[in-house]
Amino acid sequence: MAEIQIERITKLFKGTRAVDDVSLTIGDGEFMVLLGPSGCGKTTLLRSIAGLEQIDGGRIVIGGRDVTALPPRKRDIAMVFQSYAVFPHMTVFENIAFGLRMHRATKADTDRQVREAAELLHIENLLDRFPAETSGGQRQRIAVARALAMQPQVLLMDEPLSNLDALLRLEARAELKRLLKEIGSTTIYVTHDQVEAMSMGDRVAVMRTGKLVQVADPLTIYDGPVDRFVGGFIGNPPMNFLPVLVERRDGAAVAVLADSGEIRVEGDEALGQRVGPMVLGIRAENVQIVGSDESAALRGRVLVVEPLGSHNLVTLALGSEHLKAITRPDERLEPDQDVGLKIDPGRVRWLDTERGVAFDAEDVAGPGAGRGALTDEERDAAAG
Amino acid sequence: MTAANDVPMARPRAGRDRVVGRTLTYVAATVLALFILVPIYLIAVSAFTPRESAFDFPRSVIPTQVSTDTILFFLNASGVIDAFWRSVIVAIITLGLSLLIGAPAGYAIARYAFRGREGYRLVILATRAFPIVILAIPLAVTYRLWGIDDTVIGVALMHTALALPFTVLITSSVFISVPRELEEAAQTLGCNPLQAFLRVSMPLALPGLAAAAIFTWVLSWNDVFAAVILTLRNPTLPAKILTALTQSPIYFQFAAGFVMLVPSLVVIFFIRKYLLGLWGRVVK
Repeated sequence: MAEIQIERITKLFKGTRAVDDVSLTIGDGEFMVLLGPSGCGKTTLLRSIAGLEQIDGGRIVIGGRDVTALPPRKRDIAMVFQSYAVFPHMTVFENIAFGLRMHRATKADTDRQVREAAELLHIENLLDRFPAETSGGQRQRIAVARALAMQPQVLLMDEPLSNLDALLRLEARAELKRLLKEIGSTTIYVTHDQVEAMSMGDRVAVMRTGKLVQVADPLTIYDGPVDRFVGGFIGNPPMNFLPVLVERRDGAAVAVLADSGEIRVEGDEALGQRVGPMVLGIRAENVQIVGSDESAALRGRVLVVEPLGSHNLVTLALGSEHLKAITRPDERLEPDQDVGLKIDPGRVRWLDTERGVAFDAEDVAGPGAGRGALTDEERDAAAG
Repeated sequence: MTAANDVPMARPRAGRDRVVGRTLTYVAATVLALFILVPIYLIAVSAFTPRESAFDFPRSVIPTQVSTDTILFFLNASGVIDAFWRSVIVAIITLGLSLLIGAPAGYAIARYAFRGREGYRLVILATRAFPIVILAIPLAVTYRLWGIDDTVIGVALMHTALALPFTVLITSSVFISVPRELEEAAQTLGCNPLQAFLRVSMPLALPGLAAAAIFTWVLSWNDVFAAVILTLRNPTLPAKILTALTQSPIYFQFAAGFVMLVPSLVVIFFIRKYLLGLWGRVVK
């Protein structure tokens, strides 16, 4: 097990910066998720750490050893590929034993370690088969077992669950999390699936167009996204963003929404003494519908109600803006109904209108933060 | 309701269709097999019956007398054994050289996007655009100058040149079908690039390499033209037979045909194992 230090890595592809000046330290035994839309450079970053890509600048240190110039076989890493890359001409046993044999482990050691890895992943009964005689889920296990059998310092995983069907993925996700916790290896896990990232990672590093946008534990990222991109990418539904005008009245701040009302904010640290136009970010579950109360300070009109079993997803119109709220499944709401709204001021994110960066994050946000909201493509990737 | 009625009705018809389809397949396969096997059989029969029976008419399909006279007569003819071994050696050198040069070239085309790759691919084929007849004179002159005319290695070089374009194209398409991630996985597991190639890509490419090998062997073994131009006193078997053909009796020709056939069949028989053995496992 080892700490990984990534220092100012840059990787160019035909002039574009696939990975752009990324620095990141991953602690010993930590599970770090690299999350981002397709094409954000997360896989390139992982492959650079593995040594499968030559980097154009920066340094990679694994366990105190500078591996920047070393080929993959000398980095003491193991990798699980998106396609699994299980060798079709070898039996499952030979696949798992491959790395050990390449490192000239004795036959007894090889046998023992292969069996241990196979037992961890419950594939002992498949050892004599060829990969063509196994299912997709089993092949995924073979790939993980092959990596674990090496007892590497660092485990690198490139979307290992994305080729499984939805039901199997859910199961494999929980099991992989348990397994990796048990082994305690330093892991870097690449995914475009924000649910996977949230549910598995000790920390999540959100990437966009080659840059790190935010690195934090999943809940911090969920509750306190540094910019509109992160807030929109993480969470389903994405965070609501509303343009507001903040004023001072009797010492308290009041956020005014054009034609829809206002929200009183008591002493918010993030807001400080700021006034003027800005963006208010709020998660759907922190928007409360308080019936048809005419006296409510904030009002909206119901557009769509989507019952989702455990909760209802309600889309509201606030003037020309749309807002998503989550209600209890037994709440009776009809389209076109006017309702009062309550927004928990303690849960609000305040963002700069121009750059879309949170005020309290301007100094902590990565260099990639604040370049506008998600593009349609990125939103599709987040949803998929 | 109609659906319920249709199902039992449809089943016997589907069964009959399957029987008809299968019968047709077997008939076609039998016809094809006979098309190949009958001439081989007739040549073999003629080669192993007494010389006189080559002139029998009507020809008896089942040989009444077996005799090695004919084949021995052929084998004992001056220079035939030497020519036979020369042909075998030429074919083996050709096979070795064209795989040794062609497989890495095919691998390069498949894996690396180097400048001028498309042009390279075309130029490889263009070497086959020159008719060998036109090349014959300059080739013979060059061989004389280099002192490799009338030698086994000279013919093998020529055959390698003829076979290489196909070896390169066949192997490149084979290596394209081996995912790059497999090699990368091997590298993360402790291989250097060469080991990754030898342990992963090569074995997976074996069926394709076997196909290329068969092709090369047959090309070299059957070539008459280059051999006739480039050899005089040390001909390969086809060159030897060709020069002797016009003056030799028909039973001699049958024996020659048989001796030409056997090595190709033997080679194909052995390589066939790789052709089929691996596909059975790799293909999902």
